[in-house]
Amino acid sequence: MSRIEGVLKTLKGQGRKALIPYITAGDPHPDVTVDLMHTLVEAGADIIELGVPFSDPMADGPVIQLACERALKHGTSLRQVLAMVKEFRTKDIETPVVLMGYLNPMEAMGYEAFADAAVDAGVDGILTVDLPPEEADDVAPLFTERKLDAIFLLAPTTTDERIRAISEHSSGYVYYVSFKGVTGAGKINVEEVATKVAHIHELTALPVGVGFGIRDAKTAAAVGQVSDGVIVGSVLVDTIARNQADTDELKRALKDLLHPMREALDSLDS
Amino acid sequence: MSVKLTEEMLKALPDARGHFGAFGGRFVSETLMDSLMTLEKQYNELKHDPEFQARFDKELADYVGRPTPLYFAERLTRETGGAQIWLKREDLCHTGAHKVNNTVGQALLASFLGKKRIIAETGAGQHGVATATVCARLGLECHVFMGAEDVQRQSLNVFRMKLLGAEVHAVESGSRTLKDAMNDAMRDWVSYVDETFYIIGTVAGPHPYPMLVRDFQSVIGRETRRQALEKTGKLPDALVACVGGGSNAIGMFYPFLADESVQLYGVEAGGLGIETGKHAAPLCAGRPGVLHGNRTYLMEDENGQIAGTHSVSAGLDYPGVGPEHSWLKDIGRANYVSVTDDEAMEGFRKLTRVEGIMPALETAHAVAYAIKLAATMDKDQTVVINVSGRGDKDINTVAKLEGIEI
Ligand SMILES: Cc1ncc(COP(=O)(O)O)c(C=O)c1O
Repeated sequence: MSRIEGVLKTLKGQGRKALIPYITAGDPHPDVTVDLMHTLVEAGADIIELGVPFSDPMADGPVIQLACERALKHGTSLRQVLAMVKEFRTKDIETPVVLMGYLNPMEAMGYEAFADAAVDAGVDGILTVDLPPEEADDVAPLFTERKLDAIFLLAPTTTDERIRAISEHSSGYVYYVSFKGVTGAGKINVEEVATKVAHIHELTALPVGVGFGIRDAKTAAAVGQVSDGVIVGSVLVDTIARNQADTDELKRALKDLLHPMREALDSLDS
Repeated sequence: MSVKLTEEMLKALPDARGHFGAFGGRFVSETLMDSLMTLEKQYNELKHDPEFQARFDKELADYVGRPTPLYFAERLTRETGGAQIWLKREDLCHTGAHKVNNTVGQALLASFLGKKRIIAETGAGQHGVATATVCARLGLECHVFMGAEDVQRQSLNVFRMKLLGAEVHAVESGSRTLKDAMNDAMRDWVSYVDETFYIIGTVAGPHPYPMLVRDFQSVIGRETRRQALEKTGKLPDALVACVGGGSNAIGMFYPFLADESVQLYGVEAGGLGIETGKHAAPLCAGRPGVLHGNRTYLMEDENGQIAGTHSVSAGLDYPGVGPEHSWLKDIGRANYVSVTDDEAMEGFRKLTRVEGIMPALETAHAVAYAIKLAATMDKDQTVVINVSGRGDKDINTVAKLEGIEI
């Protein structure tokens, strides 16, 4: 059983929902990323999604675009991101880490070299925004052979036929994108999400995480009610942007954001 | 390696997943997949629909003004002293460039699909103008995304788009040029996917765009083939076209791919010189990667981050290229070369002074290379330059380079 599967199974047994924060590696500076990852765990994270910065993040809104720019200004490369995970693992061998990013940095490194290095660093899952399963024939097997979970996206526009096919290619969990739009747009409609996620649950046995548009305890609870986990991104990245100068202040601010979400999720009736 | 291409091989490309050999494909986030699959299905049906094709042909004849002439550049030929130089006059298309062939086709597709909101990216502004033009005619809402830097250097076209009723969105992210305009167009598309048709301006993007833009632009090569046979009694020996994303080049090349005797030259923007790194020549100096929905040659750093580009011409200032060109390069069917900013400016002045035809700065790259090429060829051979657009839009840039204020 993968680390991701294990964590989600334990939570399910406890009747709890996963809190999955996203930050961009190297933002605001490569030196603080590992520290921030530990902070996320202290604040209640069950799984961490660590963004690999890319020069052309087509699926992201301005908040994460700027995070990529800050990280790239300090030269944060995929190899460095892997080194960060390795360092994180010296103190935390329990919290699963999912790398989330775009295909080209992985292609530039070479898929096999990347997959080997990801295992070596202690990465658990890979989510590539611009890699639908149709194009993943050469890549996904390299991950699954090494017991790395391949996490694919589902969207409001995904047909039933595709939901089934994508789930078959996925392991760990599937990531449901809550609305048609880019990250941080805040267009989430909780009722629509509830209907679609319930439907996805009928089509796959995999846990369903929901991301895009979750910004506070209220939206986290509403989405947690119907899913297996919530992914929180832009609101954290925005907090990083506003507290770049003072790392202690930043860590406090991140905890202040995540604690109420954790509590709200843990007070849901299961 | 050079492969003899047959009509059957060409008909089978791209394959069902939009691949040209190792290139092309559909690398987009899940939200767009359904739209792209629907577009592909509908286009494959309409492609063989006589009513759709008849409407397209009529638009090209009556609105765009086709066929465009194949013109013998007699003085340029004499001054060059080599092969006969002929010009395919896409600059005479309505709105002043080949771009409108494609926008007319895609707008027709949009109306068959019932979409009322159109978006487009633009570099030089020619595709933006061509899109705004067809939207004005069909009464469609039009949003054009343009890098803030290009908004500056192509201000004339920005004004034209506004006059035509389009909303121009200046894109401030990244390098503030064409690639960033394309990023923002994709972001808009994902946000309004149900009501929006994205008219991509070149043979890049996810499948089926490289295929359908090629099909719409292929009218250039089909006409050239017929006209060359009529006027010179034989096929041309060489075709020369500039390559930004590659739409005017593929439109010219495609109908000749199976004609082994015809040499194909795609001219990329060499900027300040390939050796300086300040250029926009992915086929000459890049390597394969994935950007904007397809796998193709790209300019990138060793970590897979997309590199900054430079060209005097906004329409060539793009780090990628259409995937079919990447395939043609790898199988050795087409040659990809580059000329510098300075050489292009020389080509611009030459064609203007010797033939009274002022080319776009993009086109000037093809002109500069074709002059070099023709000089090495025999007098009984023929070279056709695809004059993809006219130069009026570049007057400000040229004046600035010459230190003149207008
Ligand atoms: C006149 C002209 N030629 C060429 C190009 C380059 O595009 P493509 O390579 O798709 O033909 C442009 C793009 O703006 C253009 O305006």
